[in-house]
Amino acid sequence: MKKFETFSSRLVPLPVDNIDTDQIIPARFLKTISKAGLGDQLFYDWRYDAEGNPKPDFILNQPRAKGAAILLAGDNFGCGSSREHAPWALTQFGFRAVISTSFADIFKGNALKNSLLPIEVPAEIHAELFQKVDENPDYEVTVDLARQKLVLAGGREVHFDVDPFAKQCMLEGIDEIGWILKHEDDIRAYEAAHPAPINTLAG
Amino acid sequence: MPQPRTIIEKVWDAHVVKEEPGAPTLIYIDLHLVHEVTSPQAFEGLRERGLKVRRPDLTFGTTDHSTPTTPRSLPIADPVARTQVEQFEKNCREFGIPHFGFHSDGQGIVHVIGPENGLTQPGMTVVCGDSHTATHGAFGALAFGIGTSQVEHVLATQCLLQRKPKAYKVEVTGRLKPGVTAKDIILALIAKIGVGGGTGCVFEYCGPAIRALSMEERMTVCNMSIEAGARAGLIAPDETTFEYLHGRRFAPKGADWDAAVERWKKLPTDEGAAYDKQTSIDADALEPMITYGTNPGMGIPITAPVPSPEEVGDLLERDSLKKALEYMALEPGRPLLGRPIDVVFIGSCTNSRMADLRAAAEVLKGRKVAPNVRCLVVPGSQPIKRQAEAEGLDRIFKDAGAEWREAGCSMCIAMNGDQLNPGQYAVSTSNRNFEGRQGKGGRTFLASPLTAAAAAVAGKIADPRELL
Repeated sequence: MKKFETFSSRLVPLPVDNIDTDQIIPARFLKTISKAGLGDQLFYDWRYDAEGNPKPDFILNQPRAKGAAILLAGDNFGCGSSREHAPWALTQFGFRAVISTSFADIFKGNALKNSLLPIEVPAEIHAELFQKVDENPDYEVTVDLARQKLVLAGGREVHFDVDPFAKQCMLEGIDEIGWILKHEDDIRAYEAAHPAPINTLAG
Repeated sequence: MPQPRTIIEKVWDAHVVKEEPGAPTLIYIDLHLVHEVTSPQAFEGLRERGLKVRRPDLTFGTTDHSTPTTPRSLPIADPVARTQVEQFEKNCREFGIPHFGFHSDGQGIVHVIGPENGLTQPGMTVVCGDSHTATHGAFGALAFGIGTSQVEHVLATQCLLQRKPKAYKVEVTGRLKPGVTAKDIILALIAKIGVGGGTGCVFEYCGPAIRALSMEERMTVCNMSIEAGARAGLIAPDETTFEYLHGRRFAPKGADWDAAVERWKKLPTDEGAAYDKQTSIDADALEPMITYGTNPGMGIPITAPVPSPEEVGDLLERDSLKKALEYMALEPGRPLLGRPIDVVFIGSCTNSRMADLRAAAEVLKGRKVAPNVRCLVVPGSQPIKRQAEAEGLDRIFKDAGAEWREAGCSMCIAMNGDQLNPGQYAVSTSNRNFEGRQGKGGRTFLASPLTAAAAAVAGKIADPRELL
């Protein structure tokens, strides 16, 4: 995992509540056995028409989305399936953070494991951000994970919560699996004390 | 006196491997189910890191999502899907994981085959790279969906880093009336608390209406916990659970069985245990439910009118409802009853078990699917398919003019050849009505197998109580 560093970016507003993972990346693109090429399929059915041509009115097809690294979305972002293809597609497109009032649990966990920061802000800040980008498409904010601050234009800071362990992993660019593997002795001790309830190789 | 605990805490506590300050809890996983769609990148990760599967004896695989439901004598026509299925079977062989391949006589939907084979047992932790893993909670297991990174973690270590979830009590009082089913309970709950209502929580379903459900019906309820935002939902085990499990392939045998039942009987929530949240549903007052919008929380009793955006206060919420009704091409303020439909899908990990097929057959027996409707009946597994055929249900479906297909996820996920055409309306027993979920541009009404079968006969949305 890449180290997560402080950055500033424009916001890409997508003012829809309950954006589900089937919208983020439709299931028919999940037949792949690799992680490559998913950025092109991000929001595919909102982004392209029946002939596969970009819909000019969809935000990701507009010049303001180019190079932007923050998605500003409606409440309960990422509900639905457990597909990690959703954060893979978002990061491959270039997003490094998503701002919402809330995130679905599985999506949030998957995002954090892929250096994509889910930022939960209070409803009034959320509404204010939508208003700001509405007034000025070039409106920028800074994401400072180490201090857990969203820095708005003019210097006002908004605190956000993040799991401390996930934060450390993101800042240092560490995969969780390495941490778990270091607990081999604990795992072995647990296994010795707890006989397995099943054996899928027998039966 | 020890502190009274919920079943959720009891299962959690029994699986703690390590707790360290500053880190989530390391918990042990008793059963890891894998399928072809969310595992290939995890196996690739193992290869890149030079790791093996730690406990193939606690892992089981099946093929379901991208497998066609056409006759098994035919090859998988889609080369991308074929490659995925072949890669999965190769991965399982290479890492020593027992599995049901595409041509296995045990093949089926991952959340059907686990319980069917007695792999899912009370008190276990169960994970799978699929959000409907919540299904296995019906047995009193703590079962939840995980992403592909975590699939790799479990393959390599049999452990996961997790924060302890909150406990959310869902009490279902009273008794279901004829024509009202387990599916209607869960659709009513999601409509009540919304698609994010259970975020951060595990549901415990309890109350007399839950106790009265069969295991298959309990699986339907737990299955859709995720549609209310809860990663897991469970039901304390009881005699119904033990009776279902007894004699199944991987269930304990002989003295081990007796010992297991004694252990399982200690799982139910202690008197006085505290929950973080709670809600209740009155089964007596429930009607058959149906969704009208583009998330599972947009559900109404079948006789009710479609809500109007004007009645919604919150701006973003109003826009979302407007957008949903535009996508569905529905008029607010009018009931769905009588609206013509194009497709009926009976299947999915929510409703593809024997009880579901029997319910659909009860409605379809001696009747015909309306000429304007395509009706697909897709059993959850090959054993279910054989059992249904032994009972003559396949004849009832075929005589009615429905398609009787091979086992798989089919039109619930539309990545296997079974899908809606743009603009088509479907009444579906599956779990998600998201835009395009059942095929690009397709429009889904979620409902029970009874309601779906009634719609197939009527050719339009119909109240199943009139056909019983």
